[in-house]
Amino acid sequence: MAESPFDIVIGLEVHARLLTESKIFCPCANRFGEEPNSLVCPVCLGMPGVLPVLNHRAVDLAVRAALALDGRIRPVSVFARKNYFYPDLPKGYQISQFDRPFCEGGAVPLPDGSKIELIRIHLEEDAGKLLHPEGDDGHSLVDLNRCGDPLIEIVTAPVITSPEEAYLFLVGLKEILLYAGVSDCNMEEGSLRCDANLSLRPRGETKLGTKTELKNLNSFSAVRAALRWEATRQERTLLDGKKVNHETLLWNAETKEASPMRTKEEAHDYRYFPEPDLPPLVIDPSRIDSIRATLPELPGPKRERFMKEYGVRRYDAEVLTSSAELADYYEKVAARFPDRALAAAFLTGTFLRYLSEDDTAPGLAPVGPGALARLLSLVRDETISLSAAKKVFDVLWKEGGEPAEVVDRLALRQISDEGEVEKLVVSVIDENAPQVEQFLGGKEKVFGFLVGAAMKKSGGRANPSVLGEALRAALEKRRGGRRA
Amino acid sequence: MDLRNAPAHTIRDAIRDGSIEARAVVESVLDAIARDESDLHCYLHLAGRDRLLEEADRVDEARRRGDPLPLLAGIPCALKDNIVVKGMPATCGSKMLERFHPPYTATAARRLLDAGALITGKTNMDEFAMGSSTENSAFGATRNPWGRDRVPGGSSGGSAAAVAAGEALFALGSDTGGSIRQPAAFCGVAGLKPTYGAVSRRGLVAFASSFDQIGPIGRSVRDVAMVFDAIAGVDPRDSTSATREGGGTEETLDAGVAGLRVGVAEEFFREGLDAEVARAVRRGIEALRVAGAAVVDISLSSSRFAIPAYYIAADAEASANLARFDGVRYGLRRGASGSLGGMYRATRNDGFGAEVKRRILIGTFALSSGYREAWYERAMKVRSLVAADYAAAFEICDIIAGPATPTTAFRLGEKQNDPLAMYLSDVYTISANLAGLPALVVPCGSDRSGLPVAIQLTGRAFDEATLLGAGAAVERAGLFSGGPRADGGEHHG
Ligand SMILES: [Zn+2]
Repeated sequence: MAESPFDIVIGLEVHARLLTESKIFCPCANRFGEEPNSLVCPVCLGMPGVLPVLNHRAVDLAVRAALALDGRIRPVSVFARKNYFYPDLPKGYQISQFDRPFCEGGAVPLPDGSKIELIRIHLEEDAGKLLHPEGDDGHSLVDLNRCGDPLIEIVTAPVITSPEEAYLFLVGLKEILLYAGVSDCNMEEGSLRCDANLSLRPRGETKLGTKTELKNLNSFSAVRAALRWEATRQERTLLDGKKVNHETLLWNAETKEASPMRTKEEAHDYRYFPEPDLPPLVIDPSRIDSIRATLPELPGPKRERFMKEYGVRRYDAEVLTSSAELADYYEKVAARFPDRALAAAFLTGTFLRYLSEDDTAPGLAPVGPGALARLLSLVRDETISLSAAKKVFDVLWKEGGEPAEVVDRLALRQISDEGEVEKLVVSVIDENAPQVEQFLGGKEKVFGFLVGAAMKKSGGRANPSVLGEALRAALEKRRGGRRA
Repeated sequence: MDLRNAPAHTIRDAIRDGSIEARAVVESVLDAIARDESDLHCYLHLAGRDRLLEEADRVDEARRRGDPLPLLAGIPCALKDNIVVKGMPATCGSKMLERFHPPYTATAARRLLDAGALITGKTNMDEFAMGSSTENSAFGATRNPWGRDRVPGGSSGGSAAAVAAGEALFALGSDTGGSIRQPAAFCGVAGLKPTYGAVSRRGLVAFASSFDQIGPIGRSVRDVAMVFDAIAGVDPRDSTSATREGGGTEETLDAGVAGLRVGVAEEFFREGLDAEVARAVRRGIEALRVAGAAVVDISLSSSRFAIPAYYIAADAEASANLARFDGVRYGLRRGASGSLGGMYRATRNDGFGAEVKRRILIGTFALSSGYREAWYERAMKVRSLVAADYAAAFEICDIIAGPATPTTAFRLGEKQNDPLAMYLSDVYTISANLAGLPALVVPCGSDRSGLPVAIQLTGRAFDEATLLGAGAAVERAGLFSGGPRADGGEHHG
C-alpha cells in the first residue's frame, strides 16, 4: 500500500474498576458474577432520600493508580453530577468528576522509550447493565449489581499516532495498573473498558480533523482492529473528497466492521454541576506520601534493573517483567541460582508454557522457585542434561517431589565418569564397525551417528561433552594405530 | 392539664412523672384528628389508631414498672410526607409516589422513634416541597386552622396545621426556602430551620440538596428546642452533616437576652411588607430590647437578589434530584408498552404536577450548555454574596430579627395562578437557606382578622442555642396568645 497522505490521531478513554471490597458510595459488595440485583441497597438503587458516602479505600486506590501513572494529584477535587436518562442509571445522574478531577497529567511509557501523555484521571461510579432476553424484543432487564462500583477514567491526550501504538499503550497501562494492584483489569468482566476516538489530518497539518468515536471494543486486539478499520475508512472517505461525520460507531468483533450506533445519540448536554451531597474531596500530602511509599517497583524500572542486575537480554527482561508475580518468581530463583541466563531461558520457555497450559499464575505454580533453583543447579553441575531437567520438571509439576530424588527415581543422572563412558565407546565402536570404517575413511559426518548411537545406548544419560571427547579420542587412536 | 393547648414539653414532663398517661395524650390527639382532620386535611397518611394506643399503653406500663423512659416517650408527632419511615408510605404529595413504600427510615425519624415519640402519620405538603401554600399537593390542599378559607402556608403546611390544630404535639417539616418557617408563621406555631448540616438529610426526599434541612414545628419555642436536640447531630450516612454533636439547646433556653445584639435590616421593612405584619414584628423586636438586648442597624443588601438566585440554584439541583422518578424502578409507570423515551415522557408527564414541571424546566435550562454561566453560575455568585452579607452583619450583631412573611395567611386559590406572587411569599426566608444559617419563627401577634403574625430570627451557623434563647424571650413577652378557634372558618372578612 502506498504511504498515506494522512497522519492518524487517536485518543483513548479507559475505565478501570478499582479493587475495593465495597462500592464507591454504599456498603454493597463490589463483585462480579453474582445473581442479578443481589448486590444492591437503597443507595445504589437511587431510592428517594438516599445519600452517597464516599468509600475512602476507592480514593486510596485511585491515588495509587495516579501515582503509578505519574499524574499530579489535586489537593482539592470536586465530584459532579453528570445528568442523563438511561434505565441502568438509577438516579438519572452519574456521580463523576468534571472540571476539577482528582488527577491531572500522567503518562504511560511505551517499549521504545517514548511516552503517551494523559490529560486526566477522575473517579466515578459505574452504571448498571441492561440485559436483553433472547427471543424477546419487547423488554429489557436491568441488573444493578455493578451500579456504584468504583471506577477511574483515564483519558489520553490525542497523541497516539497508530492503532499499533494504541495497542502498546493499553498493554503498558494494564501492566502498570496490575503492578500497582488497583484493578484486576479483566476485560471479560468489564473491569477494564476502552473507548477510542480517531481522526485523520493531512500530513504536517496541526489542526485536528473531525473525529469519530468507537465503542464496544472488548479486547486490546479489538481496539487495534477497529482503529485500523476506521483509519482506512476515513482515509477512503477523505480521498473520495467526502467529509467524515462526527459520530459514534459500534465495533462488531465478528464481522470486523463498525457501524453507526443504531439509537441516534443526540449531542448530549450532561449539564454537569457540583454534587451537593458530597463535600469537596481533600487529599492531603501526607496521604499521598504514605500511598507512594507502598507503591511497588513499576514494570519500566524493573525491566532496566533486570537487564543491569541479572544481565538478561531486553526481550527476556520484557517477558519476565510482564507481570509482577512472574518477576518476583524470577528474582527468587535468581537469588538461589547463579546462572541467571539459564534461569531466564527456562522461565520464559518451559515454565511459561506450563503456566499457560494450566491457566495458572506464577505464585500458584506447583513448582516453587526454590525447587526450580535446585533443579537448574543439577543442570549446571552436569548431574543431568537440560532435556532430562525438562522431564524432571514435568514430574515435579504434576506430582511434586524433590528434584534430586526425582532424578534418581527416573535414573536420569548423567554418566560423566570417564571409565564408564569409555566402556560405552568401546562397545559402540565394536557394534558399528562399518560406520567406524567410513569415519576412518574420512567421512567426518558419521561421527554424529556414532555419538547418537552411544547416547542411545546410555539411555540418554551420557554426559554429551565427555562422551564426545572420549569417542573422538578412541577413534583417533584407531586412526593413529592404522597409520603406525 | 389542658391537653389541647399544652405545649409538648409540659406533656413530656407529665408523662415522665406519671401525672398524665400517654394513653390520654394519644386519645386527645386522636380526638382532634377525628374532629378536624376531614375538614383541615393535614395528613396524607394516618397511623392506625389501635397501634398508637398500644404504643401509648406500653409507655404507661413501662413507667408503672419504673423503667427509665426515653426523652420523648409517648409524645405523638407528625412527619412531613417527604421524610421516609419504613412501614408508612412516602408520597411527597405527588402522584409519582402515590403507592411508594420506602425500604428504610430517615435518620431524623429514627432518632425520634429511638427517643420514644409516636408517629401519628405523614403530613400533607406541596408536591416535592415545591410551593408556599400546600395547594400543590396532588392529594388536595390543607386548610389553615386559624381561618379555614386560608392556606396553611407551605410546603410543610400539613405539619404546621397539624400542630396548630392539636392533631400532633409537634411535627417535622423540611425547609428549602422557607418551607418550615412560612407555614409555622401562617399557623401561629414556632418553627426552626436548623443550620445546614445540623440535622441529617438522610431519608429526606431531596428537593435542593444544598438547601434542604429537616426541622421541628412546635407549639412553643421550648418544644422546638426539645425536638431539635433529639434529631440534631452528626450522621455518618450524610456526608454533608456537620461533624459535631447537636442538641443541648433546651438547657440554655432561659438564659435571657441581656447584652444580646439584635441586628435589624431596615430594607426588610420597606415595600411589600403588610403594615400590620410590620407593626407586630416591631413589637417583637421591642420585646427583645425590653428584655435586655441591644438593637443595632445592619444591612443585607444582596438579599434583593435572593429570590431569583434561589429559584435558579435550587431548581438546578431539583432538576437532577427528580430525574430518578422515571418509571423504571418504583413509583408511577406509564407508557411502558411503547419506547423507552415514550415511557419516560408519559411517566413524568402524568406523575408530576405543573409546579414541579416548571421547576424542572427552569433548573434544566439554568444548567444547559450555553446558559449555565449566565444563570446557574451567577446564582452561585449571589449565594456567596448573601453569605458574605450575613458574615459582615454578624460582626456587629448576634442574631438578626425581621419579618417571616410579607403577609399573614392568604386565601386558598389566591396566588395559585400567579407563580411569581407565590414565590415572593418566601422573600424573607430564602436568604437563610442561601447562606445555610439557622432561622426561627415565633408568633408575635395577630392581624385584625385574628391571623397569626411571626417574627423571624436568624443566627450564626450552629448557634441554634442563642437563636432559640432569643425566641423564648419573644415568646415570654406574651404578644401572641390562644389557639385557633375550634370552629375555625370565620375569617372570611
Ligand atoms: Zn448499594
